[in-house]
Amino acid sequence: MAMGLQHGTNTDLAALKAELRRLEGSGRRGNAVWPIGMPALEAALPGGGLARGALHEILATEAGAAAAEGFAASLLAGLAQQGPVLWCAAEGGLYGPGLARLGLTPDRLVLVRARRPADLLWAMEEGLKTPGLVAVLGEPKGLDLTASRRLQLAAEGSGVTCLVLRREPAGGGVAGNSVAVTRWRISPAPSGPALGGGERDFGLARARWQVELIRCRGADWAAGEAGHGVWLMEEGDASGAVPVAVPLADRPAASAPAEQRRAG
Amino acid sequence: MVAAATVGNRRLLVAVDPAAAQAGLAPGLTLGDARARQPDLIVCEADPAGDAAALTRLADWCGHYTPWTSTEGEDGIWLDLTGCVPLFPSEQVLAEDLLARLRQRGIACRAAIADTPGAAWALARFGAMPETGARVVPPGAARGALADLPVAALRLPPEITHELRRLGLRRIGTLYGLPRAPLTPRFGETVARRLDQALGLVEEPISPRRPVEPRLARRAFAEPIVAPEDLQRATKLLLEQLCKMLDREGLGARRLELCCYRVDYRVERVAIGTSRPSRDPTHLMRLFERQIETIAPELGIEIMQLRALEAEAMAPDQLGFDRADPCDPAAPLIDRLANRLGSANVQRLVPVASHVPERAMRAVPALVAPRALGSWPAGRPRPIRLLEYPDPIEVMALVPDDPPLNFRWRRMLHRVRHAEGPERIAAEWWLDPAAAGEDGTRDYYRVEDEAGRRFWLYRRGLYRAETVPRWFLHGFFP
Repeated sequence: MAMGLQHGTNTDLAALKAELRRLEGSGRRGNAVWPIGMPALEAALPGGGLARGALHEILATEAGAAAAEGFAASLLAGLAQQGPVLWCAAEGGLYGPGLARLGLTPDRLVLVRARRPADLLWAMEEGLKTPGLVAVLGEPKGLDLTASRRLQLAAEGSGVTCLVLRREPAGGGVAGNSVAVTRWRISPAPSGPALGGGERDFGLARARWQVELIRCRGADWAAGEAGHGVWLMEEGDASGAVPVAVPLADRPAASAPAEQRRAG
Repeated sequence: MVAAATVGNRRLLVAVDPAAAQAGLAPGLTLGDARARQPDLIVCEADPAGDAAALTRLADWCGHYTPWTSTEGEDGIWLDLTGCVPLFPSEQVLAEDLLARLRQRGIACRAAIADTPGAAWALARFGAMPETGARVVPPGAARGALADLPVAALRLPPEITHELRRLGLRRIGTLYGLPRAPLTPRFGETVARRLDQALGLVEEPISPRRPVEPRLARRAFAEPIVAPEDLQRATKLLLEQLCKMLDREGLGARRLELCCYRVDYRVERVAIGTSRPSRDPTHLMRLFERQIETIAPELGIEIMQLRALEAEAMAPDQLGFDRADPCDPAAPLIDRLANRLGSANVQRLVPVASHVPERAMRAVPALVAPRALGSWPAGRPRPIRLLEYPDPIEVMALVPDDPPLNFRWRRMLHRVRHAEGPERIAAEWWLDPAAAGEDGTRDYYRVEDEAGRRFWLYRRGLYRAETVPRWFLHGFFP
């Protein structure tokens, strides 16, 4: 009897969870995820990849602006093989040869320069409403809950994936509220010693970034999807970033720095 | 009321209104004489520049009858109506419509339509007019219509007119039968040429104020329209009309212009461009939507006209432009973005064969970006962001020829943990002779600071013992 009740609760719980996922929107397109080419990260994500047709937020720490762009470009590298990508920023300055090295061929990119925040959000939304695109990346100055909800809705409607790149305010702390399905924090990390041989990239070891998954909707603990974690990533050649062997910690971000020191 | 201008040291009347004309005043009279005859005369200063500008504006406004308009002298406007008459029931209706609209605004005017510009000019200025002030000479009848006009109607200089009159040649008709040979030595070629032009024996082109485009759709409204919804609706109808026209010719529009002719005879123009030829009214309408909001109808718009300024051949299977274009699904999006944000702000990156970093890539407007792009160099490490203008930095180096120990950029001190280089890049002297020589050479270093941030620095010029090297920050690595 007790067993039966237990069993019943479990099923109810699973059904409720499924219902919740559906309501939250991340499960709306079934298992439409795209593998990001970084196995250690994929393991922590529901479905083994990032959800398509959803909003993903990438926060750059104060020193991490370039690293975050690099991380975003590596994420997009795989997607961009399937169609064009719109990249919206307030300023120009993206450098094609550098993007190409991260695996994101600039031929696939359409760049939008919009100085006014309203124009930038408009351009992103227009992009998200165009089913022919595969992704829209935007670097808005600010993104409030309403704006993020609009982007998420537009992404859901068309299946175009939305990446939002934002600066984290000085002194840390999460920048505002949003309905993003995943939220990442990227900072640069000191590279390993330049040992020579294969490790050496023309005299400097491969660049490293610290990647934190600080929020992920719909991750299922039972299936081993942590939904958060800290990893140390290392730049690959032209094939995109590959994680440097180990996730630093499979625990909240607070304990990361100690681990990071050891690794660096 | 009269307008006066200073000619030499005299004040002369240059224009008189009907009331003044009735009182016996005429252009050419001195102001003093005129005042003597009419003490209560109202005098205003003549404004030739303003008149010319107003005439130009009026010529533009006439563009809704025909794209081919031009001003003539100080007070005339040419309209080449070839091929435009089907828009109206008849030439007579067209001319009367034009005059009625001008008169509503208090402009005194006459119009004549004839086979040649010369004949039309002569009749408009010298011909006997029916009540409406518009005279249409049927094709082939110009010779007869001109015969009774004075020779001045041939657009001849006053001295020649005077000379002809002195010889008793007062009417154009009397010139018809004259042998040409004796005329030429006496008056030059002018008389014979003007006569031939008027009779259509030689061609006379009118240089239009705006380039001619035969692909246009036009709509005149019984009541001037003001409401934005009405403008949108009218534009939509025009687009449908024009797209049908383009479809017949197998063309797609690259550039469209919408002209709104206002009641106060000003013209409001908006234009759009597309990245690929299109004749899909829905897509084009979406591009126009935002533009139309910028039109100020003021008192109302009476005529709207849509022109395809640029059109290109377009295969019929591309009709489904807005839905799914297999070639470039981003094309309609690019059009929308470029039309709102400006075409310079929607770009594609194009590789250029150059090893100077800032030349190795160009950002070109996506509207005109080439389809086939070159290949991207993958060999050397390159930053993800490149500063358009390298930032000067203060550098500390142990040995001047070494990578820096630390550097100060935007007041922040960065301690260098790892460095790599130099990668020497010489100026392309064949492109930029000024930058050639030792000073154009750069030694690039990739450096990493304590936080793991990576920068691209370079030292300008070759190292020399007697000079302090200058360092710059040029880019950021991820």
